[in-house]
Parts: sequence; structure tokens; C-alpha cells
Amino acid sequence: MQFRESQAIYLQIADYVCEKILLKEWKVEERIPSVRELAVQLEVNPNTVMRTYEFLQQQEIIHNQRGIGYFVSPTALKNAQQYRKNDFVEKDLPQVFRTMYLLGMEPDELKPRFDKFKKQHFA
Amino acid sequence: MIQIQNLHFGYRKKKIFTGLSLKLEAGHIYGLLGKNGTGKSTLLKNMAGLLFPKEGNVSVLGFNPAKRQPAFLQDIFMVPEEFYLPDVPIEQLVKHTAPFYPKFNDDQFNRFITEFDIPRSNTLQKMSYGQKKKVLISFGLACNTSVLLMDEPTNGLDIMSKSQFRKVIAGCLDENKCIVISTHQVKDLESLIDRVTIIDEGRILFDQTVDDITRKLSFHISFDNDEIKQALFREPSLRGSAVITRNTLGDESKLDLELLYKAIVLNGNAIKSVFNA
Repeated sequence: MQFRESQAIYLQIADYVCEKILLKEWKVEERIPSVRELAVQLEVNPNTVMRTYEFLQQQEIIHNQRGIGYFVSPTALKNAQQYRKNDFVEKDLPQVFRTMYLLGMEPDELKPRFDKFKKQHFA
Repeated sequence: MIQIQNLHFGYRKKKIFTGLSLKLEAGHIYGLLGKNGTGKSTLLKNMAGLLFPKEGNVSVLGFNPAKRQPAFLQDIFMVPEEFYLPDVPIEQLVKHTAPFYPKFNDDQFNRFITEFDIPRSNTLQKMSYGQKKKVLISFGLACNTSVLLMDEPTNGLDIMSKSQFRKVIAGCLDENKCIVISTHQVKDLESLIDRVTIIDEGRILFDQTVDDITRKLSFHISFDNDEIKQALFREPSLRGSAVITRNTLGDESKLDLELLYKAIVLNGNAIKSVFNA
């Protein structure tokens, strides 16, 4: 049994970018911060951000327009959601399930809480 | 960019390096780690032409640093741990020193000291050690040299300044620049360096990119007794044990530089076998 203490920094940055896109703070077809801008903002090595951007290009979440910069791809929302979902289901959910099992909780109990949470934060 | 072959160096009877070889390339930030007295500062000084090798070759930017040729000196800057700055206003320091560095950029210098909250009108004598250090770091970065050596740059910096330091460094690395930072404050620089170089007993004990490290090794907390027993390195922590294992799942975890450093120094062969395979 492993705790996912934390992922490699380049993956943490990928999560950060996906979150910006899923929250629509960064919109489809818009330019996103350059490698250097994001490195300065997050206080990380620019090579690490470069690796994140290459990774997100493979996932077809962002794309590069030579000489101009990086843009949010038309398919970004779908792909970012899929990527984060796989990650969540494979890595975070087992932890939640384990805790639920230990505490004798069933999924039905979650439904009203989840609805309330959505109302509070995203309504 | 920097090549060191079979470097021998010592102070009087004390031998520091006995055949050290190392190659540093442009476009990276190297974290130089090692115990106290293993020669981190000595190595930087050999690169900068401040100390001369007893034996072996040091080549920086194609120059022999010991010759101290002007074309070499104007393209390298070192921020030492202990330094002396004359008792003059910042303005005069810039006026008298910047002409030695053809790529010095005054706008950048202003930006950096503003970022560090230091008014340009200040006089150096009235500043604390930390403030002087920030002036020196800003000056060194504004010189835009291809090689930038920094010895314990975050020593003496307060919490805000450490964060500003990381921002400033992140913004100035480019593919033509090689930055070497020697440090004990690994937490300050963990997210900044992309290559880890550890020296011990006069030699390079370990030298790998952070990408390769996280591809091959997994850093996590474990509760599994078998896994803990078989780990390449283990350390009890508040919950479970912090372990380093081979990365077999393909997921990359965050490098724990402090743990890696301990592992290399205490059980180096186990870790190195993963990289030599």
C-alpha cells in the first residue's frame, strides 16, 4: 500500500494547467503563459515546464504555434478531463475507497454531500 | 561548456580532489551537493580561475581558467559565500564594475534589485549581509555571463527573498547558460535544479539529471514491511517509512533531494547500481 506522497513536479504542473483549462480560466484557442513565464510564476526550472508542455502536447491538450507560443487546443476540455479522470480513478479513488471501507461508509452516503458541495462551490 | 578531467587539488597537506572528472553543459541548473569540507567551494574556485589545479585539466568555455584571460573573465561570474563589497553607493559599484562585463544589462539589474526590495540609492555599508548578497546576486545575473557559479546563494536570505531568488533564477536560464549552485539548503532549490551532482571524498559520487532520477527511482511513504525491507534506502517518518525504491510502475514521484542525498552518502552503491544497469 502506497501513499501518493506527491508526483514529479512536471506532472504537478500538468495538473495545474489542466485545472486552469477545466475551470475555463484559460480558454480554448487562447495563448497560455510561455515556458519562461510559468517557470518564474511557479519558481521552477524552465526545463521542467518544457517537459510539461511537451507532455500536454502529446495529450493534445495544448499545441505549439511556432514563434508565437502555446495555445489551448480545441479538444483540450475533453482531453484534459479524460487525463485527469484516469489519474483520479487510478490513483486517488483507491485511497478514498480504503478510507470509506475502514469507516464503514457506502457510496449512497456520498451523494447528498456531493450535491451540497457542488452547490456551495460551483453553483 | 565546463570540462574537468582528473583534477587533483589540495591545501598544503590536506588533499581535496584526487582525480575528479566532471562535465557540465549549457541550458541546465546544476545542484552541487556534498558534506562540509568536501570541496564544493574549492571546485567552484577552480572553475573560476581563483585556484589552480595541482594536476589535471579544467576547461571552461574553451579557456583554461588559470590563465585568467579577459575574454574568459568577462563571460563568467561567481557569487561566493563570503565576499567583500566596497563601502560605496550601489550606483558607484555598478559604474566601476559593470564595464568589465560587456553583456551587463542595467535594466535587468534594476528589475532584480526591485524584485528583492532594495532601493538603488542605498549605500552598501548600511546593508545587512542578506541585502548585500541580494545586490551581488542581482549584479551577477545582470552580467549575463554564460557561466554563473553560486556558492550557497540562499544563505542569509529571508523567506520572501528565497522565493524571489527562485523566480529570478527561473527567469534567466536559457540554452546558452550554465548555472552551478552549491548548497546545503536543498529544500530551497529542489524545484530549481535539473541536475544533481554530489561530491564526496575528492570524487564525484553521483551525477544525474532529475528526469533520470525520477524515471528510475520512486520516492514515497511506505507501510509495507516487505517493501521497506527491500527498499534501496529507508528512513522512519511520522507515518510509515520514507523509502527510495526502483521505479517499476512508471509513475514519476517527486524527487526528495534530502532523502536522495542521505541515500547516496550512506548507501551509494545500491542507488548507483540502478543507474549503471
